[in-house]
Amino acid sequence: MSNNKVSRRQFLSYTLTGVGGFMAAGMLMPMVRFAIDPVLQKSEGGDFVLTEKKIADITEVPVRVDFTFEQVDAWYKSDVTNAAWVYKEGDEIIALSPVCKHLGCTVNWEGDPAHKNQFFCPCHAGRYEKNGANVPKTPPLGPLDQFEVRENEGFLEIGKAIPNTLV
Amino acid sequence: MLNKIYDWVDERLDITPIWRDIADHEVPEHVNPAHHFSAFVYCFGGLTFFITVIQILSGMFLTMYYVPDIENAWESVYYLQNEVAFGEIVRGMHHWGASLVIVMMFLHTLRVFFTGSYKKPRELNWMVGVLIFAVMLGLGFTGYLLPWDMKALFATKVGIEIAASVPVIGGMIKTLLAGDETIIGAQTLTRFFAIHVFFLPAALFGLLAAHFIMIRRQGISGPL
Repeated sequence: MSNNKVSRRQFLSYTLTGVGGFMAAGMLMPMVRFAIDPVLQKSEGGDFVLTEKKIADITEVPVRVDFTFEQVDAWYKSDVTNAAWVYKEGDEIIALSPVCKHLGCTVNWEGDPAHKNQFFCPCHAGRYEKNGANVPKTPPLGPLDQFEVRENEGFLEIGKAIPNTLV
Repeated sequence: MLNKIYDWVDERLDITPIWRDIADHEVPEHVNPAHHFSAFVYCFGGLTFFITVIQILSGMFLTMYYVPDIENAWESVYYLQNEVAFGEIVRGMHHWGASLVIVMMFLHTLRVFFTGSYKKPRELNWMVGVLIFAVMLGLGFTGYLLPWDMKALFATKVGIEIAASVPVIGGMIKTLLAGDETIIGAQTLTRFFAIHVFFLPAALFGLLAAHFIMIRRQGISGPL
């Protein structure tokens, strides 16, 4: 202890730095937390949306089904329309997201006449099999997302997008 | 660690004289509250600057959520205050700081007045200070409208009517401020926003720089 005396100058500079740092942190912490709030906010999502598509009308050929829901974007509420490619696989109903896994364009069923029975993305010619699996040697690096689905009095309901379970 | 980084930079760029010029200056005994407690009156200028820094920081963060549009302004303020973490604190800092900066600035002005510090050779700095006072009041006035609630709207109506009472050019000033001859609305809000966050702060930075350079040049005025 006696060999390691803290000089007055050192004591003052440590104390002032500490108190100053504490004050600066007290000032900056609320502002930084305020700024990063979007990253930390829990997204609710996952409510099923009723579509106008009758379950009985769904065939083995994918058709585009639009569904509209109210989107709350901070202080702005609006009706947003999304789409799904829906078809029957045996008894199971499959709804695939039309968002290309390459860069987010919208894919179409048989959008390219040269490739029947495939989804096609017009932006960079990405292709997917019927079950959403991306065709090798085309730009996408993963399969199309899938929507949760359920039936409501004979009509199709679409839920949140989940990773593809078919591939 | 920090010392090593500092030494590394200093060895190449010789930065010590730069910050020495800024940080090292004489604080005479008569302005040091440790010697005479009544010398705390000399702190008001620094406190004004400190609160101004808080205003700039909190204002920067508020614009992450605020929109200067008559449809969304109030909604966005409500959202940032009630839905965003610490929104009440950050908006509170800007709201209360706005009043406090005026108070501190006024006390600083009083101190300079009653110590006679505005006299030769510091007349120019007094004039710049008066301009800063005007810019601060302008910031307070333009910022008041931005939440776009009833209080903001009617306070701005009154303020613009006061400006309109200027002889001869009053009508033009009113139109220039409001963006329309009769309506206080969409264009008023965007104008006030632009003035509040771009034009007046730019003017303020220039004036503050002049204020500080001059006081460093001339030194703090002597004891009474």
